[in-house]
Amino acid sequence: MATATLAGITVERDDEGYLKNPNDWTEEMAPELAKEMGIDTLTDEHWKVIRFMRQDFQEKGQVPTIRRMKVAGGIPVKDLYNLFPKGPAKKAAYIAGLGKPHGCI
Amino acid sequence: MKHLLIVGGGTAGTMMANKLAPVLDSDQWRITLIDEHETHYYQPGFLFIPWGIYNKQDVIKPKRDFYPSNIDVIIAPIEIIEPDANRVKLADGRVIVYDLMIIATGSRINPGETEGMLGDKWHKNIFDFYTIEGATALRNFIKYWEGGKMVVNVVEMPIKCPVAPLEFVFLADWYFTEQGIRDKVDIEYVTPLPGAFTKPIAAKFLGEFLTKKNIKLTSDFSAGRVDQENNTLYSWEEEAINYDLLVTIPTNMGSEVIGRSGMGDELNFIPTDPHTLQSKKWDNVFVLGDATDLPSSKAGSVAHFEADVLFENIQRYIDGRPLKAAFDGHANCYIESGFGKGILIDFNYDVEPLPGKFPLPGIGPFSLLQETRMNHWGKMTFRWVYWNLLLKGAELPIEAQMTMAGKKRV
Ligand SMILES: Cc1cc2nc3c(=O)[nH]c(=O)nc-3n(C[C@H](O)[C@H](O)[C@H](O)COP(=O)(O)OP(=O)(O)OC[C@H]3O[C@@H](n4cnc5c(N)ncnc54)[C@H](O)[C@@H]3O)c2cc1C
Repeated sequence: MATATLAGITVERDDEGYLKNPNDWTEEMAPELAKEMGIDTLTDEHWKVIRFMRQDFQEKGQVPTIRRMKVAGGIPVKDLYNLFPKGPAKKAAYIAGLGKPHGCI
Repeated sequence: MKHLLIVGGGTAGTMMANKLAPVLDSDQWRITLIDEHETHYYQPGFLFIPWGIYNKQDVIKPKRDFYPSNIDVIIAPIEIIEPDANRVKLADGRVIVYDLMIIATGSRINPGETEGMLGDKWHKNIFDFYTIEGATALRNFIKYWEGGKMVVNVVEMPIKCPVAPLEFVFLADWYFTEQGIRDKVDIEYVTPLPGAFTKPIAAKFLGEFLTKKNIKLTSDFSAGRVDQENNTLYSWEEEAINYDLLVTIPTNMGSEVIGRSGMGDELNFIPTDPHTLQSKKWDNVFVLGDATDLPSSKAGSVAHFEADVLFENIQRYIDGRPLKAAFDGHANCYIESGFGKGILIDFNYDVEPLPGKFPLPGIGPFSLLQETRMNHWGKMTFRWVYWNLLLKGAELPIEAQMTMAGKKRV
């Protein structure tokens, strides 16, 4: 775990870089987090996903899965993979300041 | 007279009926169990059917043989559950009212969730082995197969018995070696996980087995569609994998009735308290087995440990006592590794599979996270244990909660 400064605010991050406390997150941090994930610009489509994830997390207390984003958020799976290549659930959670989604067993 | 309703009479529902029927006061409580099918399948046996080790007769028995005689049994499909009104409607129009309900409707495969899966070649050169139909159709294919490329793909997590697909490729390696055609068969294991398994130590251990057995591992592959015409499996990112034989573990979902009744999540799994097994929404509803949304394995052994906890909590609920938050996610799985050997893993929500001895610390006879002949016998004996002890709700010499005794931190 380490502290880091994102968009001028000091936050705690876990070993893999996910924010420790989702409430620390502000929208201004998203572009910086996105760059770390290899995404240079956040488009409206990206934001739609990020905002859905934030809102769903507030309501459910759980990072939404890809299936949940499709069913409850109306975001086609294909789009998710185009927007956040190689692991959309993890990448989008990272950028949205949420913890790493639990792998299931 | 109060009414306890058990919905789903597979592994978990049968265990609960057998545990509760002798202890509930019959002047105060009557028990009804509903299931839609007459036949009980020993699902762990499906793994052995494609290789001719078991046949259909080895894995089926009538459900009624396992239900206690002093409960009411209804065999009929359920149309809808209405937990706000404490009642269940059957497809034939009957309405059943309850005071307390246990749901154990399991999970099942849904190949239709993947585009192109259910075309003309379904059960021709694309098979599942999670159903009796799939396992027996695959047997008929493999019996006459002369070789080619076999791809085994897990479409998405969670799946029931998450080690079964690995066991499948281990057995494939053994079977084709025995048949003398291993050099004509390429085996590729394709998974959405970052490695062979979910938990790091076991993933590394099992990954080494794949390498040793010359099975190609393709990880981080999220299957998006199947092109049956060209025998190609595509990921959502258009990575292509060709096959001659595709063995799929399709999307697993809870029973449709859970979805219809508005009781489940996107996969029809029921939000459940991970420790007490009470529904998160309805106090008089409890859930166990594959039907829950818990981050534990969906396995018969897990259902057994849950049943021990739920047996106590149901009595506490009836007696107006606080529930015991005792379920720890304990799972205990034998992994058949081929050539008469097996591996055993024992873990829970917090502790990943570790090496050691089981169940007696230092003695065994089973070895954790190691390949032994004894573990294979454990796996083969499980069928007897399942029919004769597990379903009947008998005590097994294993605690419901996982123990660190006998395990080594690595
Ligand atoms: C290939 C394979 C290998 C496996 N290997 C192992 C293993 O080695 N070890 C292990 O521990 N576990 C193993 N398992 C998993 C194990 O079989 C399951 O976890 C276990 O059976 C779950 O029990 P359950 O009662 O939750 O569900 P089930 O036993 O599936 O029972 C669900 C019941 O609900 C009924 N039902 C569903 N919907 C309705 C409805 N609408 N109306 C009426 N009734 C309904 C069904 O008819 C069924 O009887 C394996 C599974 C598979 C498929």
